[in-house]
Amino acid sequence: MAKSSIKIRAKVTGDVAKVKCLISHPMETGLRKDKKTGKLIPAHFIQEVNCEHDGKNVMNAQWNGTISKNPFLSFEFTGAKPGDSIKISWVDNTGKSDSTEAKMK
Amino acid sequence: MNQNRRVLLKGTFAAGATGIAISAGLLTPKAVLAAWPKAAFEAKDSKTALEASFGSSATMESSDIKLKAPDIAENGAVVPITVTSNIANTEAISIVVAENGTPLAATFNLGPTTKGFVSTRIKMGKTSDVTAVVKAGGKLYSTSKNVKVTIGGCGG
Repeated sequence: MAKSSIKIRAKVTGDVAKVKCLISHPMETGLRKDKKTGKLIPAHFIQEVNCEHDGKNVMNAQWNGTISKNPFLSFEFTGAKPGDSIKISWVDNTGKSDSTEAKMK
Repeated sequence: MNQNRRVLLKGTFAAGATGIAISAGLLTPKAVLAAWPKAAFEAKDSKTALEASFGSSATMESSDIKLKAPDIAENGAVVPITVTSNIANTEAISIVVAENGTPLAATFNLGPTTKGFVSTRIKMGKTSDVTAVVKAGGKLYSTSKNVKVTIGGCGG
């Protein structure tokens, strides 16, 4: 399998887990023109991001093409301990998807 | 009299069938794209976008929401935005950029243990008010900040 498009850093301090994640994705809005051909570049952006902590959904994000290229996302939740698993998955408007699981530090 | 009853029944069935066809047609794209609210994200102004995503555009200004964004963004393609909500039971956080073609940038639905904090990076077409809308306990709260965008990068 190709290298995952998602990078996760999750750190637990006390009871609070702080998750940072970077996804590599072009995030095309569908409004930009190709400089060489002058044609519109078709929209290609992530629509949904799901984050699960030990199988429990902690966050679900719905995005528009407004989110920057190679999106960065950070959020916090309580009730985690080091060693817990965190799973992040995304789906884009062309139906492609990816997911990665990581252990919290 | 019997005749009339037939006609009436026929009419009702026809209308019922069309109704089903329409709702089926509307439901298909939704099922494919999971719960992505297309109407909200494709809305051309922030009021319509909020009504489509939360059912109301009436928001209350709240000082319990902290919106961290640069005063001047030299590159409109990457504007870091951090929203912290200190309102209890924050269910969802939305980021709305008023002057963008499609103002609704993102909606974050938070789980019961998730804190009211999200940070991401957005694109901005031009100088605009950025609004963080927080849904908590069925009510909408908001806070705004004006972000100046200078494309060309001479720092304003």
